[in-house]
Amino acid sequence: MFLKKLLATSTLVALGAASAQAGEVTVMSWGGSYTKSQVEAYQKPWMEKTGNKVISVDADNPATPIKPQVEAGNVTIDVADVEYSDAVRLCDEGLLEEIDSSTLPPAPDGTPAAEDFIDGALTDCAVASIVWSTVYAYDTTKFPDSPPTTMADFFDLEKFPGKRGMRKAAKANLEMALMADGVPADEVYDLLETDEGVDRAFAKLDTIKDSVVWWEAGAQPPQLLADGEVAMTTAYNGRIFNAAVGEGKPFQIVWDGQIMDFDLFVIPKGAPNKDLAMDFVKFATSTKPLADQASWISYGPARKSSGALVGKFMDGKTEMGPQMPTAEANMSNALVNDFEFWADRDTELSERFNAWLAAS
Amino acid sequence: MTAGAVPEARPTAPLQTADGVPLKTALARAQRRAKWRAAALVLPLLLFIVASFVVPIGQMLFRSVSNDEFSAHMPHLVAWFAENGDAAPDDAAWEALVLDLREAREDRSIGLVGTRVNYEMSGTRSLFTSTARKADKMEPPYREALLDADKDWGDPELWGVMRRASSPYTGAFYLSAIDRTRDAAGDIVMVDENRQVYVAIFWRTLKMSVTIAILCLLLGYPIAHLLATLPMRYSNLLMILVLLPFWTSLLVRTTSWMVLLQSQGVVNDVLVWLGVIGEDGRIQMMYNETGTIIAMTHILLPFMILPLYSVMRTIPPSYVRAARSLGATSWTAFRRIYLPQTVPGIGAGILLVFILAVGYYITPALVGGTTGTLISNLIAFHMQESHNWSLAAALAGILLAAVLLLYWLYDRLVGIDNMKLG
Repeated sequence: MFLKKLLATSTLVALGAASAQAGEVTVMSWGGSYTKSQVEAYQKPWMEKTGNKVISVDADNPATPIKPQVEAGNVTIDVADVEYSDAVRLCDEGLLEEIDSSTLPPAPDGTPAAEDFIDGALTDCAVASIVWSTVYAYDTTKFPDSPPTTMADFFDLEKFPGKRGMRKAAKANLEMALMADGVPADEVYDLLETDEGVDRAFAKLDTIKDSVVWWEAGAQPPQLLADGEVAMTTAYNGRIFNAAVGEGKPFQIVWDGQIMDFDLFVIPKGAPNKDLAMDFVKFATSTKPLADQASWISYGPARKSSGALVGKFMDGKTEMGPQMPTAEANMSNALVNDFEFWADRDTELSERFNAWLAAS
Repeated sequence: MTAGAVPEARPTAPLQTADGVPLKTALARAQRRAKWRAAALVLPLLLFIVASFVVPIGQMLFRSVSNDEFSAHMPHLVAWFAENGDAAPDDAAWEALVLDLREAREDRSIGLVGTRVNYEMSGTRSLFTSTARKADKMEPPYREALLDADKDWGDPELWGVMRRASSPYTGAFYLSAIDRTRDAAGDIVMVDENRQVYVAIFWRTLKMSVTIAILCLLLGYPIAHLLATLPMRYSNLLMILVLLPFWTSLLVRTTSWMVLLQSQGVVNDVLVWLGVIGEDGRIQMMYNETGTIIAMTHILLPFMILPLYSVMRTIPPSYVRAARSLGATSWTAFRRIYLPQTVPGIGAGILLVFILAVGYYITPALVGGTTGTLISNLIAFHMQESHNWSLAAALAGILLAAVLLLYWLYDRLVGIDNMKLG
């Protein structure tokens, strides 16, 4: 009853606000089932609440268009959903609006946002929405008897024959190669700082290079698996979950050696609807929408207070808690992406990665 | 009448029109008007070409030698370098560095500064950003303060890179584009072996473009000949078959090839069904050089057929008949009579296909995998992923120079006025 009343009042308020000013914000994200989860959990409720319109656009990597747009003085994106290392880099280069974390809405119990978010989820220019991870997944029909369970199995072509899908970038692949080579998660980045470590990672990648199909967009790996082009592929965990549970595909995630990362909302400098964009970001990263998103895709909310509200998947059966990268059972041998390392080494390692790819 | 008789007869009174204006002036006026009119007709096109072609290419070439990300945001250090040249850093230099770090952090340009240095010396980006965070609290002596923050500040190579970066103009990106760099002493050396990528890809681009141009010629020549010799009603029908794919979107044609070529694709399925290969022996025809060559040859084939066709149509069949009646074998007649007359078409086709292939992007990006990517894919990588626009511009500049060189060679060998495009 109370809820109904609340809804009714909020709708009235929303109508009032709508007549006052109906604006538009353009939100750029990664596409596929991930964008869909954001549309359902953030955009539709915000549009209903404020009467404003959200235009949703997709990119292979929403961080990519920001620099060209800001430098050309022709910014069309109001909000972009980017990875941690990109958020830090863009912020350092002065390409983003600053976001004062004290203006973010507190948790329902009054805990200020700065304490409610997971450590590292707030930066000068960015607010995290989710914790996601790069994992690998396999087609269960290909390995019915003894399925792969560790990162090393991904690189084992003898025990687990078949093509592999991997992202066409140095990031994540180098870490996974080292973990497959027996390096514990907490030593990976120390080792990658050294030339020997990088050599060792590339040597490990060499062992499967001929069997790799490279993907670039997040929607590709489930497709590659479904087409039978690959037997296993690295992928973003939520995409595999949605293909497996949402569409009933025979895919299984292997959590061993997962690499966790944040996705954050940023506002490019000179965004045409900056104030509305700020309002959208505040709304989207408040407790309830973050919890709601988890029922559309298996990414963990970046707020602690959202955790308790995470419920079932949209099919009404699957509990989402155990599907999150942050679930206790999935955390053994998990690696947290080191954004400083990548902000620093991306140029060098990408160049080396490109050279490695080009050498046949 | 003798020449020049009129002006001699009336030297003081120049010819005039009916309304008293000297004829010379009136003529000039009329001509000027005509010239203006002609210019006004051409002007929109000229402006369009300047705005859409000359300016962007100029900007690109400028960008390849100019990068002020360091010099614009480190004014004190730039001033010190200007005064002190090659001298080792003294107290004033260290102080200038600290002042610049503070200010660059303040106006959020420290990332740009670090990135610029990072292009030439990997791993230095965080050196700038992390030291800048501490720069506010630093006190003299600044040298010790900086070395305390990170001992890498004492690296002479770093100072060498900073010195070179203090000028907004640099050839460093062209050096990078040919896998070279400068060492601490300023000498040009090859980059580390496992980072050498651009020269190899340039060669690959060249090699694959030549292969594709030759394949297009071998496939297109007989087709064009058939089209040119068939009666009109049949040849028009066949022409549609050439033109339909030509009018179809590039992306559609490329993805169609993906459907055909992938290892679970149509071609492999048919081969398995026929029993030519086993289920385990599916052939990898995509995500490699083979896939790129097959798809690009198909996509660029019309650019070879159309100029060949237009040249072949104009060759009277009686020439070859005459040669045959005089005793030439069909091979001799082809080689000595027909082939030489189609050379303008061959030249145009090869040039078109080659130049288009050298800059191809979408097809190798989709079906190229690792061994089938071209230089354009690396240019796109630096535009979109690494944001090293100066390097992208330098790579594109080299590509442009190569195409111009080829055009010049063609002009010398075949003559550009011999080219027939359609």
